[in-house]
Amino acid sequence: MKYILTNCKVFGSEKTKIYIDGEKFADPFPEDQADEVIDCKGNTVLPGLVDMHVHLREPGYEYRETIATGTAAAARGGFTAVCPMPNTHPVCDNAAVVSGILKKAREAGNCRVYPIGAATKEIGDTELAEIGLMKEAGIVAVSDDGNPIPNAGMMRKVLEYSSDFDIPVLNHCEDRSLGIGAMNEGEVSTSIGIRGCSTAAEDIMIARDIILAEYLGVPVHICHVSTKDGIRMIRDAKARGVKVTCETCPHYFTLTDACCENYDTNFKMHPPLRTQEHVDAIIEGIKDGTVDCIVTDHAPHHQDEKEVEFSHANNGIVGLESSFALGYTYLVKAGHITLQRLIELMCFNPSKILKLGRGGMETGDDADLTVMDLDNEFTFEKDKMLTKGRNTPYDGWKLYGETQLTIMGGKKTYEKLC
Amino acid sequence: MGLKSKDLLGMKQLTPEEIMEILDTAKTMKLVISSANKKTSHLQGKSVVTLFYENSTRTRLSFELASKYMGSASANISASGSSVAKGESLLDTARTIDMMGTDIIIMRHPQSGAPHSIANKLKASIVNAGDGMNEHPTQALLDMLTMYERFDTFEGKNIAICGDVYHSRVVRSNAIGLAKLGAHVSVYGPRTMMPIGIEKMGVRVASSVADCVKDADAVMGLRVQLERQKSSLFPSVAEYARFYAITPEMLKLAKPDAFLMHPGPCNHGVELPTAVYDCDQSVINEQVTNGVAVRMAVLYLLMARRNNL
Ligand SMILES: [Zn+2]
Ligand SMILES: [Zn+2]
Repeated sequence: MKYILTNCKVFGSEKTKIYIDGEKFADPFPEDQADEVIDCKGNTVLPGLVDMHVHLREPGYEYRETIATGTAAAARGGFTAVCPMPNTHPVCDNAAVVSGILKKAREAGNCRVYPIGAATKEIGDTELAEIGLMKEAGIVAVSDDGNPIPNAGMMRKVLEYSSDFDIPVLNHCEDRSLGIGAMNEGEVSTSIGIRGCSTAAEDIMIARDIILAEYLGVPVHICHVSTKDGIRMIRDAKARGVKVTCETCPHYFTLTDACCENYDTNFKMHPPLRTQEHVDAIIEGIKDGTVDCIVTDHAPHHQDEKEVEFSHANNGIVGLESSFALGYTYLVKAGHITLQRLIELMCFNPSKILKLGRGGMETGDDADLTVMDLDNEFTFEKDKMLTKGRNTPYDGWKLYGETQLTIMGGKKTYEKLC
Repeated sequence: MGLKSKDLLGMKQLTPEEIMEILDTAKTMKLVISSANKKTSHLQGKSVVTLFYENSTRTRLSFELASKYMGSASANISASGSSVAKGESLLDTARTIDMMGTDIIIMRHPQSGAPHSIANKLKASIVNAGDGMNEHPTQALLDMLTMYERFDTFEGKNIAICGDVYHSRVVRSNAIGLAKLGAHVSVYGPRTMMPIGIEKMGVRVASSVADCVKDADAVMGLRVQLERQKSSLFPSVAEYARFYAITPEMLKLAKPDAFLMHPGPCNHGVELPTAVYDCDQSVINEQVTNGVAVRMAVLYLLMARRNNL
């Protein structure tokens, strides 16, 4: 198919038109050769977004999400590439599971899927997973996410062995010997009588991972940073030249633990929502370049796993369909960063860390793009989401940055019906 | 008259005026309990169900007698011997009870926020009889009734509470309720059992039992669960008794007319020496009577609200 997008503001250029021929961006061609001319009505064309941390739940938890529904949600959020974490059932700790995920993703055709393999077999922290064979099958990183890699000796081996294959290691940092709470430890958890998890539990493991990366001279990527001191340690380590990168999620710069006051389980996740002081530090880290990526940690759950007592409820929220709008509204529109910086956080940097080669919009590059309305406010509605999950804390929020169209590899993967 | 909310979830949700209305009503109810014919018709034709997911003898009996003295039909469900044991969710169980025409569900649950998570999905009124580490409002109300019978006002009174503050819903409810009426609450216990940020609830964290109890108008001991020793929250019963118990010497530091309370059941010789439990200043047995009176008042006022709608 040949498309021409007209009447658009193209990110990072003066162009007002985009030409697509087959799977690639193309040089200009006459309108009468196009299969369709799409009027973008003055909206902004961005490179397709990249989310390096999602949970697509397949195989094993298809009642929560499938690769097809999860990638449809991704396309609706403006994403053209996502990286699913390996805590499926069976765990994605071998090449066969990796191939199965890639096959389902191709069949769905909604979004590029770059699987992340488990670092240890069955996420069990005792034996290395077949990282080399999984890389041949298509993984782009390893992680035991959902769980931390609790044992420092095992973390060292994972870092060393992965470096042989040039495979990034992503760690969920949480020292669970300090207790497994259901929310942030602080005055709110004390007031409502919920066991808390301390920021210290996250900070201790971030410190450990920085020390190992520095000692071994290998890279490490810290998942979903939520604390002030986590940001400070990563900032200092980067200044020393340690190869540490990190990500945060929209909920860590838009929500605080005060949201848990009424035991609403749509505010329950790990790491937990922190206090305003930490939210401010995350925004500061986003502004000064300490934070490399914004990811969603998209974690769909069934209603029956969330409509229960707070301490019993599963951790996590869905995020693919609200992430860009939250970033645009609360970071760009709020005046903290530029749109350029937001695209670095949501496309260029994750692509660079995982060596995905995404984000190009020149002739010959893969035609991955999304068209966003940055000017008109819209209401985010949970019942319009394409994910199977309904566990969003953002229902009814007024936001800017609604996806109008997403194209992946020259194919429309989402189109807002007007 | 009556309460603003359909439910009694915690002291957090009550205004100072509502607390005083409950206490004043409870004083009247106490007359019913002490009379020869313990019968009123306030709950005639109404149904009250107790739904307990945790063992409790005194709280449950106290609620049962309260509803029976007021003439309600009542039934009791425990976690064992019901569909709860078969894995039915809390919401499903509560909805079933609701659909049978129940007016008030009295619920105890080991998870904080459990009653809050179902209250707005039910027609029945929910009374929180203790949820995890969050609140136990009727315990705080009976403690406050016990104080109210001795104080003309809560304003400026010093209340000392010693023990396992971290796990205690009694502390949380008392701290909130007493602060709303202008009393000063001091707490003390092992640092391993002192939750972070408790001072933000308007209480003072004392530095010792002596510091906590000094010049108190009322002193409250808390039950320490002996299993906590296994999770290294304190090293031994002997050491706990030596450093954290309310001894007769400690009690002397309180005001001369101060009195001693305990929510029960008490570990004799651990948080309180037996001599203290039985001393003249102890009002622990009277708290039990006040428990029934306060619960009658709560049921009465919730039902008054239902009848007015
Ligand atoms: Zn994680
Ligand atoms: Zn995750």
